[in-house]
Amino acid sequence: MIDLAGSYDVLVAGGGNAALCAAIAAREAGASVLLIEHAPRAFRGGNSRHTRNFRVMHAAPTATLTEAYGEDEYWDDLRRVTGGETDEALARLTIRNSASALAWMAGHGVRFQPSLTGTLSLSRTNAFFLGGGKALLNAYYRTAERLGVVTRYDAEVRNVQLRDGVVEAVEVESDGEIVSVRAKAVVVAAGGFQANIEWLKQYWGAAADNFLIRGTPYAKGRVLRDLLDQGVMPVGDPTQCHAVAIDARAPKFDGGIVTRLDSIPFSIVVNRDARRFYDEGEDLWPKRYAIWGRLIAQQPGQMAYAITDAKALTLFMPSMYPAITAATIEELADKLTLDRATLGETLRAYNAAVRPGRFNDKSLDDCRTDGLALVKSHWAQRIETPPYIAYPLRPGITFTYLGVKVDDRARVVMNNGAGATNLFAAGEIMAGNILGRGYLAGFGMTIGTVFGRIAGAEAAKHARH
Amino acid sequence: MRATDTVIETRRVMEICNACRYCEGYCAVFPAMELRHEFSNADLSYLANLCHDCRGCFYACQYAPPHEFNLNLPRTFARLRAETYREYAWPSRFAALFQRNGVIVSLVVALALAAVLLLTTTLQQPSVIHGAHIGAGAFYAVIPLNVMITGGLITFGYALLALAVGYARFWHDTAAGLRHPAGLRAWWRALGDAAALRNLSGGGYGCNDRDESFSGVRRSLHHAMFYGFVLCFAATCVATVYHHIFGWIAPYPLVSVPVALGTLGGIGLLVGTTGLLILKVVRDPAPGAREMLGADVALLVLLALIAVTGLLLLALRDSTAMGILLAVHLGFVLALFLVLPYGKFVHGVYRLGALVHYAAETASVRGGDRAIE
Repeated sequence: MIDLAGSYDVLVAGGGNAALCAAIAAREAGASVLLIEHAPRAFRGGNSRHTRNFRVMHAAPTATLTEAYGEDEYWDDLRRVTGGETDEALARLTIRNSASALAWMAGHGVRFQPSLTGTLSLSRTNAFFLGGGKALLNAYYRTAERLGVVTRYDAEVRNVQLRDGVVEAVEVESDGEIVSVRAKAVVVAAGGFQANIEWLKQYWGAAADNFLIRGTPYAKGRVLRDLLDQGVMPVGDPTQCHAVAIDARAPKFDGGIVTRLDSIPFSIVVNRDARRFYDEGEDLWPKRYAIWGRLIAQQPGQMAYAITDAKALTLFMPSMYPAITAATIEELADKLTLDRATLGETLRAYNAAVRPGRFNDKSLDDCRTDGLALVKSHWAQRIETPPYIAYPLRPGITFTYLGVKVDDRARVVMNNGAGATNLFAAGEIMAGNILGRGYLAGFGMTIGTVFGRIAGAEAAKHARH
Repeated sequence: MRATDTVIETRRVMEICNACRYCEGYCAVFPAMELRHEFSNADLSYLANLCHDCRGCFYACQYAPPHEFNLNLPRTFARLRAETYREYAWPSRFAALFQRNGVIVSLVVALALAAVLLLTTTLQQPSVIHGAHIGAGAFYAVIPLNVMITGGLITFGYALLALAVGYARFWHDTAAGLRHPAGLRAWWRALGDAAALRNLSGGGYGCNDRDESFSGVRRSLHHAMFYGFVLCFAATCVATVYHHIFGWIAPYPLVSVPVALGTLGGIGLLVGTTGLLILKVVRDPAPGAREMLGADVALLVLLALIAVTGLLLLALRDSTAMGILLAVHLGFVLALFLVLPYGKFVHGVYRLGALVHYAAETASVRGGDRAIE
């Protein structure tokens, strides 16, 4: 039993990558640290459990990264995906600190895969955790334990009691009891609110009931809501979330990477009415996968079906669910409970519009349709080789963009523009400062690591002075 | 490979793993998996035998229990391996020996020991058995050399034959569709991987021998055991050459090649087997398959007993205890030869086959695709 009645220098709310980085950094700076993780031990780590890599600036090839990836190129990539919805100072701070973070991570037990060769260009920009995010978390929890960080699972921070920008106490619910914990400084790293369907409904209405949440069910946004209600300055568009197309058979929560479906560029995608609604071949898939969650969310019933044929089966990463197959389009329509006539007509019109071209799944080829109201720009091949294959799709929510405003020392900023005295934030709860829109592979972990370390060090510094 | 419940479960797990691929840095199983879009029964048999049970993937798995996907790859593979041992056993009717293998092996050990002791005491004068023998031919005074050689050749020869047929059955089932035949290069690479237990290194950072933390202890212990076994075997070979070529008759002096090899081997075997037995007790049972425990423990204990009695025999060879000790030691060795093709030992044979297969099929291939965010 951990003594919540005791007093700690630093309390960390959350148990994912950012929280662990903060806890370790604070402990190494000499502070006593209590970490409050809402999930039980088996599901600890928030969405970091589902991550895999870390985007890192580097000047020369390393054991885990090829070539070089400089600050300006990194910044250009970020500016492009966010469309400018970022804070350049904080972004550049994150980018610059990513370089030293790599050694820090290795020094605290994180292991990386050797740099990957072959088809994957990401081995230049991203370092891959050996075993993925859960292995990283295991390493951090072991390190934290060795250093003497006190960890409490199954405990939820309900309320950070703020008065004039000062945290006076933190209300924690654990074992059905509510305890007021005293800490000299607090780091909030408790994630976004994407697992809170009621909250999502404020912006999406009943459609949110049909959203599947790809990550942890514990990201209810309780700390975020609590802080915003107490006059902390918000950042990021509350209505926006990162959403991809995932297999509709995926569980409501926590399906992670294996439910994602990458067959869309080699398919036609129809809605519940058996009609196409967007150009499936608009651009290379890595540049388009993140728009499909939203596209499907806007369709009736938040359902869609990616339909293709036997030719495409080996062109995309397998998903964990088997394709729904049929010898005829009519049989496929029945299996998908789509209208036979409409699906038949959609497919006939599409097949008739496919122009001859040289198919190339790795680049923007010249296989397109001609004469359709809704074009398919690339990878358009006739769908005519049985067995026909289909995957049912739903929007899969990865994370939300709404967060709390922070300064360059990870200090939470109040609505009046003043920094809170002893309240710091790291990870998804403040990522919207830097990533106001879009996504860059592995950047969430970079923000979490860099700001986790800053928040932990600053919190310890405050507590010890 | 037949479609059993275990095969179906292994396929379910592999299809989820193949959509994830986060573990690809741990061992050869994952790159081999990535070469496939679907998994035939034979593919699963191959992959299960390629798994070295390092358990890294279990602790790294975001879908491990209590997650609803309930993935436990090391346990699933261990269960499937047990089925493959039955599937490829020769002759097929002996496949049943892999059921309750711990009991079977224990029984064979007891019977072999009893047989050797009974024959020795029946056929040999008590004064010979309980007398002290010194100098050339001391051992053979108790148990004649031609009896040892005949018994050894028949049982060990049979074991080699049964293991070879098992290997051929495994290979025929799992590697029939190999695009590139397994040449010398593949064999060379596979033997290197096996000799170094390269896939028991967790991508270079150690395995989960006990729990979530990483260590190289199990790999080191297996090395001690395996190379101890090899040294003991080498000692026997050298002694055979001494005897038949040079006419030098055992026992050999303490400072001699056979005694040095045998002593070192015996110590390695004892340290390795004891350590591995302790690990089995103290390690986290979650990623293991309980039904394999009997076979594992039986072979480890048998090897440990051979090592202990061998070392004791060396220490007490000039005393009156030598006769009985020799009979006991040879009883254990006889039991080992008998159970070699019908116990845990076969894992090495199929693992080597899987490594050869892996070396052949990856000779010209580099990494698969990844879903990244």
